[in-house]
Amino acid sequence: MSATSMETSRYTWGADEHLVVQLSESMSLRANFQAMAIGSDLKAQNIAGITDIYPGNASFLVRFNPDEIDPYEVEKIVRAAEMRLADGAVRGIETRICEVPVWYNDPYTNETGSRFRDRHQAPDMTDLEFAAAQNNLPSVEAFIEAHAGAPWITSMLGFVAGLPWFFQMVPQERQLQVPKYVRPRTDTPKQTIGHGGCFSAIYSVRGAGGYQMFGITPVPIYDPENKLPDFAETMIFFRPGDIVKFRAIDEPEYRAIEAAVEARTYRYKQAPVSFVLEEYEASPDLYNEKLIGALNAS
Amino acid sequence: MPVEIIEPGLATSIQDLGRQGFYNVGIPPSGAVDRYAAIAANILVGNGPGEAVFESTYMGPKLCFTEPGVVAVTGAQAPVFINGTAAPSWESLQVAAGDVLSFGIFTAGARVYIAVAGGLNVPIVLGSRSHYALGAIGGFEGRNLLAGDSIPIGQLAGTPGRAVPEDMRPVHSREVDVRIVLGLYDFRLSENGLSALIDKPWQLTTVADRIGFRYAGNTLEWVPREQPFGAGSDPSNITDAPYPVGSIQVPAGTEPIILHRDAVSGGGYAQVGTVISADMDLVGQSSPGTKTKFRPVSIDEALDARRKYMDRQRKLIQLW
Repeated sequence: MSATSMETSRYTWGADEHLVVQLSESMSLRANFQAMAIGSDLKAQNIAGITDIYPGNASFLVRFNPDEIDPYEVEKIVRAAEMRLADGAVRGIETRICEVPVWYNDPYTNETGSRFRDRHQAPDMTDLEFAAAQNNLPSVEAFIEAHAGAPWITSMLGFVAGLPWFFQMVPQERQLQVPKYVRPRTDTPKQTIGHGGCFSAIYSVRGAGGYQMFGITPVPIYDPENKLPDFAETMIFFRPGDIVKFRAIDEPEYRAIEAAVEARTYRYKQAPVSFVLEEYEASPDLYNEKLIGALNAS
Repeated sequence: MPVEIIEPGLATSIQDLGRQGFYNVGIPPSGAVDRYAAIAANILVGNGPGEAVFESTYMGPKLCFTEPGVVAVTGAQAPVFINGTAAPSWESLQVAAGDVLSFGIFTAGARVYIAVAGGLNVPIVLGSRSHYALGAIGGFEGRNLLAGDSIPIGQLAGTPGRAVPEDMRPVHSREVDVRIVLGLYDFRLSENGLSALIDKPWQLTTVADRIGFRYAGNTLEWVPREQPFGAGSDPSNITDAPYPVGSIQVPAGTEPIILHRDAVSGGGYAQVGTVISADMDLVGQSSPGTKTKFRPVSIDEALDARRKYMDRQRKLIQLW
């Protein structure tokens, strides 16, 4: 991760109910941390008339009720928060690392992919074959190894209820980049591991989607009925800043975890960690090993 | 007094005025697509403006009242029947136990609202009774209604015999002007691209639901650029970001999609503007094929339009 200075932020209205601030056109961990910090700052201010504060990957959205607060007042408040939390003011976060088991190259996402080849850049390849080729990797296996190797950080939530975006914690030249589908699919299996641009995501529910599909996890990430122990206090598992390690599993393990989920006994493997941006940037691979060590010791 | 669903229509869900504060985890506001019509239906039967009502798209349901009550239908223009006999919409009607409410073919507009005195008494989820389909929460058991469902109703005698004055009933047209505030990522459009967006008419496709309304007719051209890191390679791609409710995104530059009240909350397609809040009901009542022009206005014009829209809502609420 290069520590180049932030581009100038850009303020723009989403008509009369939204202010959108783009901190950076490109993705970086620093832009993401700044978005999260501004979001927390605004939330703590508890401003009447501001209904939603939504930090994104490298931007954030504020939704307000213009009957209760003047939009220009919202802009003033947001600019002040951005000034306070300029690049460099955010050093790290207290968070956790969680393991997500993934059956890569599974029949469910492959079947779905085969139904939408007319919307894909490379109709003769599978999504995984296309992704490997796009990243100059020799095989699908090599791509999966890179995807499941280094951990990812939850940089944004949304699209649909509880869907996390993940940004891989590797130097920019090792980031996996794949274009989104040319036209979005109308179907994606629930709990698909998808990827678009530099982001991976887990589809929390079945539905439309434009990300390339690499695999599927048997573990729910959205549980509106609070069936699993990890969802006792929330219907949404991931929070911004959560660090995630994917682990490749085979069909027998997928079925075994599926059964544990069905029996409501499955627990996420997770451990609390402190994430310090500068320490990570000084030596990403060593830092990641330390994080994964904390996970495996849990 | 439960209401029994005999036939659900094409897509009938339970909606109030929606929830706030969960957009950052991907849960949109939801709530009635046509808020004015939902408020009108509630006010007619004697409810507060924000009670839960039925919202039916393109085709009305067939409902049976198990006890006497008061009902009102608003929204799309459609023949309304009680026990097969024509009944007026935009008026509150007394119904007896066993009475059946049904609909004919919609003649204009896309969604009808049915309020029952006492409100539809489904559980409140995250602050609202509104159904959010993608997340399978709210409404009746987190889903659209099915034949045989029995919907509980709150206790209220209700007020039959009320009628919204003619001039306060919106008329739905097959040709509409939708006001938008340009912005967000509109700098990605070339001059020709912007002109194609706002100078030429679009047609609403059949992909038009609570999540989004997709239009066709023109192609938008983008300014060529080297894509920023993380965005993806198509010129319509951006680094994934939150989407305003009402924003217009254009995947691949071909079919603009207006996100509506069940909006997907974020993603990687450039949005080129946002429908003003005062025109969201108008979009919501557009039926497929509706010829639509996007008319750019300033943020101050959008705020002025909202004040007028809120005045109309207030006037409605103050009728009784």
